[in-house]
Amino acid sequence: MRPALRLVKILTVILLLASGCAQQKSTSKKIVIWHWMNDRKPAFETLSKQYKEKTGIDVEFKLFFPPDIYSQKVIAAARAGNLPEIFGILGEKRTVGSFVKAGYILDLTPYMEAGNNAWKDSFYNQALEVTIFKPGNTYGVTPGIYGVPIDTTLIEFIYNKKLFSDAGIDPNQPPKTLAEFIAYAKKIKASQKVNGFVCGWGEGWLLDCLATEWAINLMGEEKFFKTIQGTVPYTDKDWITVFSLFAELRDAGILSPNITTMINKEAEDQFSKGQAAFSFNGSWTVNVYKQLGPDLNYGFFPLPKISEKFPAKIWGGAGAAFIVNSHSPNKEEAVKLLQWLTEKPQQEFLIKETNNLPAIRNCDENIPTVLKPLLKDLTILTHPNIWPYNEDSRVIEVIDKGLQQIVMGIKTPEEVAHEIQAVKKRVLAK
Amino acid sequence: MLNVSLKTEQEFRSDFGLKPVTRFNVDNYKTALVDGNLGSYFVNSVFYTIVTVFLIVIISSLAAYSFSRLNFPGKNVIFFMFLAAMMIPLPAGFVPVYILLNKLHLINRTGYILAMTNMGLSLSIYMLRTFFDQLPRDLEDAARIDGCNRLQIWWNVGLPLVAPALAVVIIFNTLNVWNEFVLASLMFTEDKLMPLQVGLMEIYNRNIIQHTLIMAALAVAALPIILLYLRMQKQIIKGLTAGAVVG
Amino acid sequence: MHDSLSDKFKNFSFVLPAFLIFCIFYVYPFIYTFVLSFQRGDAISSLEFVGWSNFKEILFYDKDWWQSMYNSAFITFWALTFQNILAFCLALGVDRATRTGKIYRVIFFILPVLSEIIIGLLMREILVSDPGIFNQWLKKAGLGFFAIDWLGKDRVLLTTALVHCWKGFGWAFVILLAGLQTIPEQLYEAARIDGANAWQTFCRVTFPLLMPVIAVVFVLTILGTMQAFAMILALTRGAGGLTQVPVMRIYNHLRGNQVGLACAEGVVLGILLIIVSFTMLHISKQIRKRWGVLPN
Repeated sequence: MRPALRLVKILTVILLLASGCAQQKSTSKKIVIWHWMNDRKPAFETLSKQYKEKTGIDVEFKLFFPPDIYSQKVIAAARAGNLPEIFGILGEKRTVGSFVKAGYILDLTPYMEAGNNAWKDSFYNQALEVTIFKPGNTYGVTPGIYGVPIDTTLIEFIYNKKLFSDAGIDPNQPPKTLAEFIAYAKKIKASQKVNGFVCGWGEGWLLDCLATEWAINLMGEEKFFKTIQGTVPYTDKDWITVFSLFAELRDAGILSPNITTMINKEAEDQFSKGQAAFSFNGSWTVNVYKQLGPDLNYGFFPLPKISEKFPAKIWGGAGAAFIVNSHSPNKEEAVKLLQWLTEKPQQEFLIKETNNLPAIRNCDENIPTVLKPLLKDLTILTHPNIWPYNEDSRVIEVIDKGLQQIVMGIKTPEEVAHEIQAVKKRVLAK
Repeated sequence: MLNVSLKTEQEFRSDFGLKPVTRFNVDNYKTALVDGNLGSYFVNSVFYTIVTVFLIVIISSLAAYSFSRLNFPGKNVIFFMFLAAMMIPLPAGFVPVYILLNKLHLINRTGYILAMTNMGLSLSIYMLRTFFDQLPRDLEDAARIDGCNRLQIWWNVGLPLVAPALAVVIIFNTLNVWNEFVLASLMFTEDKLMPLQVGLMEIYNRNIIQHTLIMAALAVAALPIILLYLRMQKQIIKGLTAGAVVG
Repeated sequence: MHDSLSDKFKNFSFVLPAFLIFCIFYVYPFIYTFVLSFQRGDAISSLEFVGWSNFKEILFYDKDWWQSMYNSAFITFWALTFQNILAFCLALGVDRATRTGKIYRVIFFILPVLSEIIIGLLMREILVSDPGIFNQWLKKAGLGFFAIDWLGKDRVLLTTALVHCWKGFGWAFVILLAGLQTIPEQLYEAARIDGANAWQTFCRVTFPLLMPVIAVVFVLTILGTMQAFAMILALTRGAGGLTQVPVMRIYNHLRGNQVGLACAEGVVLGILLIIVSFTMLHISKQIRKRWGVLPN
């Protein structure tokens, strides 16, 4: 019994000491940045050192992982008034809008437009547009620019060039239509004994993204937006055609086994090991492939078309955007830091280290070779963050699940379409 | 697990961990401890675990004893509340707690330990009460006649008799606190406060899928718990013999 | 014995520390959750009182919610029967064999030590059909005909349930073993003197005395399984709804900033669990009364 009592005393002392130590707060000028991008941790740390040398201001990049925890942390910190100088918001534009409305985010428009729009014009429009709330937006947010993109991302198809040549297909001629795509995948699968197509379809958003691209290609943006507004139902024949494409992919037998339970990381691992001919992934994957399979010879190509009636669009925009905390006493310094981060030398450093596309123009010559062809596709980008209307997250949830069910062969495209429409109706009724 | 952790990635890929290790390769442990910075996280985890589990054991055994043996108004209602708390998930519950802790200036080790203590309380109280209920009352009556007060009876008679259950409570909570990373990464911003599992998550989420390194990190993380369990086993047997002697 | 007022207060003071911590860290956020469950919005800047609308949506319209409840119930069924019976038998065996028992105690305990996410990810790598480490093992063991798509649509739920049992049985084992160890040796002696055989001893001594602990294990299994999701998420990502469980939905809705809906789902799940668990406890009390061996 005695040792136990002694333990109580010791622990009490330790506890008191511990809480005493933790309450010290630093008051010097320091800029803290919260982010979730664990692949960029070392690059950010180097930049922070450079900035300290240049200006004497301490910059601390804090990584929080995994992303879901990061999102909750930002919300809790915002409500408690504990946000750092700079942070990022993961998630829909609606969430960013909510933060703006609650007054947590600094409007950067005056800084962007200063000196004849100097800062604003340095960005790719498509990247900056994601952070802009336009006049009359559906979120009811005061118009303005609320974030600084630090890179540009787009999601495209990827093919393994070596498997192409091994199967006797010209490695510089990726498929242009879905029919070609399926034919190539079948041919490579049969001759090379690998999977035709791999993708992280366990994470529903990759399915949703692909379905959206095909839907816009088949019915055009106007009809697509009408669906979101509720005037065209998901049971429309064009939508059923789009959903049926996933059944077609399944029936072609080219999909990787267990694809609907696969996370993106696993799909990246499989493709980088040359175990699949095609994949569908974001441009950030270049950095991942570089680590997983340094010798992998691959290329990007845009959506294999299903129709010639409407132009194909590609999902993309700002990869990550930093936001300035409007309540921070150091917000001026924070803006200066972001301006420095989006200057050419720093952007070039970032794209070299992290193999992404830059957020600003005129860095073209330093872009990784495999990403260069993507630059021309920047003109046909589309993204929910720049659409005038957005689908309710309940409906997206049902679409994601429905597409997984089609791929798994549990439900037919018609059944899924009716289920989506039923939820859509309930959402519209509210 | 240990077996795989001692292999190189190539070896693992070729035999899928079936064959026993032939050549000891401790590189994975080095990488895990040095690059993953597991060492400093490790100390934090040990601290949180010891303090939290100690608090839980004292607080929950006091409460369980009272629920089982003593009388006070509202006893059943309060016990019901503790039970119900195990069952209702609070998806957004973290936000109000964080705001409150922030107001109390408790976004630090103390706050984290208190929150973790709360997480283990309900279940521990429930489990200990069940074991207390099972005990015959004769021993306590004897102690009372000898002039022991409530606190002395709880400490000298009650606790030794439920030693096996206490061991389960200790192991259960140790494991919970040891494996916790969500609350820690939500609450803390400073690296020096983070527990081991946060470091482990970082290793796991690096892009390269390295089975052997993960196994090494897992082994480092699991070892203390397994040692503790072995030690607790002895304690259980001791507790039993002590009970038998008294009876 | 009649306690005086000051006695009652002293009795309550034993519960006081637990009660205080509980109020701050549970009751307060619970009230917050409960209030939010009647609202719609993201709780950042938009919130709107919608009355019972969230609950109506969950209970009457949301087919996926009930599908996820079914999935959870299915996994719980396996955990209650298969996992707990296995744990019970092993605990019985180990309790008697004190020497060899030590090794088994450690082996069975390794699984609960690992975190759920890691178990899920590891099992996925083993079970996934390409390249399929598990299937390769089966082939090497000459059981190639048994190598199937473990995560395919027809058996993904069963696979999930089995992995859950495999991970969960360690705990049931540990608790049941502790329960067996609190049964005084004298009772076994007495039974032996009375001439009871092993089966009679089990029916008359072990089982009834262990009943309260079995009830604890049952309640904990139900809670543990109905609230488990990290392992399932890592193993199957929900598999198009086939292995989606209620907590996964709550988590998704929270992430999609539908905080009100998530809170309402939490409350609904909690109430269901309370009903099931208390029924369970009631039944176990009835059984105890009928056997009538126990003190109290």
